[in-house]
Amino acid sequence: MYVAVKGGEAAIANAHSLLADRRRGDRSVPALRLDQIVEQLALGVDRVMSEGSLYDRELAALAIVQARGDMIEAIFLVRAYRTTLPRFGYTKPIDTGAMLVERRVSATYKDLPGGQLLGPTFDYTHRLLDPELAAGAEVAEPLRREAEAQAMPRVSAILAREGLIEPDGEMPGDHVPGDITREPLEFPVARDIRLQALSRGDEGFLLALGYSTQRGYARNHPFVGEIRIGEVELELDVPELPFAAPLGTVRVTECQMVNQFKGSAKAPPQFTRGYGLVFGQSERKAMAMALCDRALRARELGEDVVAAAQDEEFVISHSDNVQATGFVEHLKLPHYVDFQAELDLVRRMRAEYDARENPEKAEEKREAAE
Amino acid sequence: MRGQEARDQAERKAAMATLAQSSGDDIVRLWNEAGLPAEAELLRGPETGLVTLRGRIGGGGAPFNVGEATVTRATVRVPSGQVGHCYALGRDKQKAKLAAIADALWQDPARRAEVEAGLIAPLRSALTSAQEKRRAQTAATKVDFFTMVRGED
Repeated sequence: MYVAVKGGEAAIANAHSLLADRRRGDRSVPALRLDQIVEQLALGVDRVMSEGSLYDRELAALAIVQARGDMIEAIFLVRAYRTTLPRFGYTKPIDTGAMLVERRVSATYKDLPGGQLLGPTFDYTHRLLDPELAAGAEVAEPLRREAEAQAMPRVSAILAREGLIEPDGEMPGDHVPGDITREPLEFPVARDIRLQALSRGDEGFLLALGYSTQRGYARNHPFVGEIRIGEVELELDVPELPFAAPLGTVRVTECQMVNQFKGSAKAPPQFTRGYGLVFGQSERKAMAMALCDRALRARELGEDVVAAAQDEEFVISHSDNVQATGFVEHLKLPHYVDFQAELDLVRRMRAEYDARENPEKAEEKREAAE
Repeated sequence: MRGQEARDQAERKAAMATLAQSSGDDIVRLWNEAGLPAEAELLRGPETGLVTLRGRIGGGGAPFNVGEATVTRATVRVPSGQVGHCYALGRDKQKAKLAAIADALWQDPARRAEVEAGLIAPLRSALTSAQEKRRAQTAATKVDFFTMVRGED
C-alpha cells in the first residue's frame, strides 16, 4: 500500500521568502548589479558558463546572484535554463590558431613565434591581500606596446614539423561528433564525447584527478606545450544564407599538454598529447582537463589501467557536478517511509539476535510486553 | 561563382559579422543618428535559442562539442522587398531585429552606401580600435628574455 502524505506548503513558501530576504542582505548596502558581477567577478562568471555549459555572461551573473554566490547552485540554474531553449544547430569548429590572443605561454619553448604573452595573470603575484583594493582605490590604465604583426602558430604545430609529436586527434572519416546532451552515455565512449563531458566537468573534480596523475597515479610526465586565452569567432551554417552566418566572438582557454612517449615496432617514439578547451578564462580547468584527457587515453595508447584518472567510466560518470549534487543532496529530502521500513527491519533483526543470544532476557521482555 | 557575386557575399558577411559583434546600444545609437528606416515586416523572430559550439581535438583534429551558447535570430522583409537575416550571440532581440533590417537594406543597391557609411563603418572602426587596444595591452606583457653573463671571462 502506498500512502501519500501532503504538507509543508506554508513552510516552503515562507522558507523561500526568507531565502529572498537573506539573499538581499542588509538593505543599507546597495544591491549588486549584473554588470558589476560580469565585470568584476569575471572568472566566477566564466566558471558558471563553463560548467553550466552555456556561454552567456549576463545569465551566468544572474545565476550567481540568485544562488547567493553558491557556484554549483548557479551552474544548476544555468543548466535548467538551457533546457527551455530550442537549438538552432552546431557551429563550425572554432579555429584557436586564429584567436585574438590575450594570454599565451609555453613551458616547452622559451622563444617561439609570437612570443610569451603573460596577459592578465595571477602568476608571479605575491598573493598578499591588498588593502587598497578594499578601500576602492582607482586603478591605472594598463601600459600598451605596439603589437608585432606576427602569426602565433600552436606549439603543437611546431613540434609536428619535426614529426616528434602525434598529430591532432583524428576520428574515422565518417564519424559524427557525439553529443552527451542528446544521447545517453554508453561506455566505452570515444574521445570526442569524453572531451565534451570534461569541458563541462567540475573544476575541483578534474583538478584533483589531474593532480593525482602528477603524484604517480597514471603518471605520464606532462609539460604545458601551450596555454592560450582569447577570443575566437563563431560561425553557423544556416540554410537561408549562402555563407556561414557570423555569430560574434567568444572567449575560450585552450591547453595543449605534451606527454611522454609512445612508439612501437612500426612507429618511432613520439610525444603524446592531452587537450583542454573550456569557455572563458580558466587555465586551471583547461590544464586539469588536458591531464585527464591524456590519462583517459590509456587503453588507446596501450597503457595499463591502474588509476582512477584512467578509468573512463569512473571519471566521466562523476565529473558532472549537477548530477553529483543532485544525487548527494537528494538524501536530505524526506525518506520517512524508506526509513520506517529500515527501522522495522533492524528491530526484527534485534529481536532475532536477542532470541538467539539471550533467550531468558528475550522471554522476560516478551512477558513484560504482555 | 562570378567574381562580383563572391565579393558581394564577402562584403555582406563582413557587415553581418560587424553587426553581430557590436553592442545593441551602439547599433541603436548609430541607427538613429544615421536616420535609417526601421520599418520592416517580421518574417521570423526575433527569437532566442542555442547553438552548440564545436572545437577540434588537439586544436586541429576531429570536431567535438564543447557546450552551448545563446543566440538570437531574426528575419525581416523591408518595404523595398529585400529579406534580411541576423544571427547574433546573446539574447538582445532589439539588436537582432535591427541587424536583420540592416542586412536587408544592405542588399538594396539604393541603400547600401548609406548603411555602410552610417552604420557599418563606424561600428567596424569602434571594434577595430577596441581590438587594437587589447592587442597593445597584451603586447606590453610580452616577455623579453635576456641572457645574464656569469663568471669571469
